[in-house]
Amino acid sequence: MSDVYILGTDMIKFGRFPDKNVADLGAEAALLALDDAGVSIQDIEALWCGNLMEAGAMVGQRILQQIGQTGIPVVNCANACATGATAFRDAWLSIKAGVYDLVLAVGVEQMGKGLLGGPGGRSGIPKEGLLGSGTMPAVFAEAGMEHARKYGTTFAQFAKVSVKNHHHSTMNPKAMYQLETPLEMVMNAEMISYPNTKLMCSVNVDGAAAAVLASEKKAKELGLKRAVRVRASVLTSDPFTERDLVMPDVNTCTRNAAKKAYEMAGVGPEDVNLVELHDCFATAEILHYENLGLCKDGEAGRMIDEGEVALGGRVPVNCSGGLLSKGHPLGATGIANIYEVSTHLRGEAGKRQVEGARIGLTHVIGLGSACAIHVLEKVS
Amino acid sequence: MPEQAAQAGPLPVVDFLKIPEKGDPYLEGHKCKSCGAIFLGKRTNCSKCSARDKMEAVKLSNKGSLYSYCIVHRSFPGIAVPYVSAIVDLEGGGTVKGNLVDVEPDPAKIAFGMPVEVVYGDALGRKDREGHSYLSYFFKPRS
Repeated sequence: MSDVYILGTDMIKFGRFPDKNVADLGAEAALLALDDAGVSIQDIEALWCGNLMEAGAMVGQRILQQIGQTGIPVVNCANACATGATAFRDAWLSIKAGVYDLVLAVGVEQMGKGLLGGPGGRSGIPKEGLLGSGTMPAVFAEAGMEHARKYGTTFAQFAKVSVKNHHHSTMNPKAMYQLETPLEMVMNAEMISYPNTKLMCSVNVDGAAAAVLASEKKAKELGLKRAVRVRASVLTSDPFTERDLVMPDVNTCTRNAAKKAYEMAGVGPEDVNLVELHDCFATAEILHYENLGLCKDGEAGRMIDEGEVALGGRVPVNCSGGLLSKGHPLGATGIANIYEVSTHLRGEAGKRQVEGARIGLTHVIGLGSACAIHVLEKVS
Repeated sequence: MPEQAAQAGPLPVVDFLKIPEKGDPYLEGHKCKSCGAIFLGKRTNCSKCSARDKMEAVKLSNKGSLYSYCIVHRSFPGIAVPYVSAIVDLEGGGTVKGNLVDVEPDPAKIAFGMPVEVVYGDALGRKDREGHSYLSYFFKPRS
């Protein structure tokens, strides 16, 4: 079966845009990606649009109302924080299935500020602070503490993830923040849910990212010079695990997806030159070094201590600044990390370029749960 | 109406907390007779082994141990902080999440695996729109 290629991809600078709406932001990213691919909306055969907060509001069609109502099929999709990656993957599937040769995937979100995770309960009384916490910082703190229980991972090790990702984002003009956050600053920031301080929580921002996907035939016709090959696209949900009713399991679905992705791509974790993974909280990033096979179980703390996952290290993770500093517009995140890895594979990442990058991996988690992984490869 | 609600006994905070007419309150699990998986709350089919109509209600233990936790310092408006949000494995099966009380919200004072017991009490004074009181469960350290 022939490969699928990314011909163009881009994202808007993440930030807060109260004067714009979701369709405005999505349209902006779509046009950027089309221009990057050197094609027009008139050439696109179908659109997949990922958006969570307005999942019932036909965002994809509203984007086309701004950039060209060509009458193509539009699929609006929602899959928690894996929404963007799911839109990309379904676009990929349509080419893999031989239905289309040139399609567009857009991920977009507008976020408020503040805690995510509802106060809980449709009836009776609020359960938050009565039956533990359902806030996202707490849920991911509990997942991190499970790692601390098994391997003795420390508060400082979790905090170092945030130091690293904020440092990376100083080299990414499209990130929400470009600020150094030394370890003391991260550890002394307001404690939200121990061990996650405010600087260890992802930033709620508005954002959009898009990608133009092409069949091998179409990609060759339009030119492969800056194309990126999709070597694997995998989506999993969470299989039953014994505590998952009260403790969402982001580990097993990631491990299952990683195994399938490496098999599909015909590569191993040792072949991967950079990773953009789902650092919704600093605690989460630590778990995924092991879940993605970047190190053996129990070695994640050592990896962050020794700088193996920093730019210049053995396998740089979240060179974009990650969700912690670039920002996390839920539906856009999965395509924004595909943009980041593609930019490195094209050798266009500027100061944060991972030198000689040939293979990169993207990973997102949608709590509840979904995991999407893509393995991308430099073509020329 | 609120007066009538106040006269009636408290309602269970979740459907898996049972308040029998006689005897003490307890947590109820549903156990799959095919594979032994234990769930909180009623269900018909097993999400572990997919068996249908094999669920039986079981009384869960009030003894358990702390599996994981976090200390919540920022929550939604009106929620008292800090508090310990705890994941507890119950003896004989079942994992439950709730507040760990009677312990300082300080990681140095909390140990993984520490023995805890499930205790029952008023839901921190919270009432629903009709004025009903609620009975909740909490975890506290046991020696």
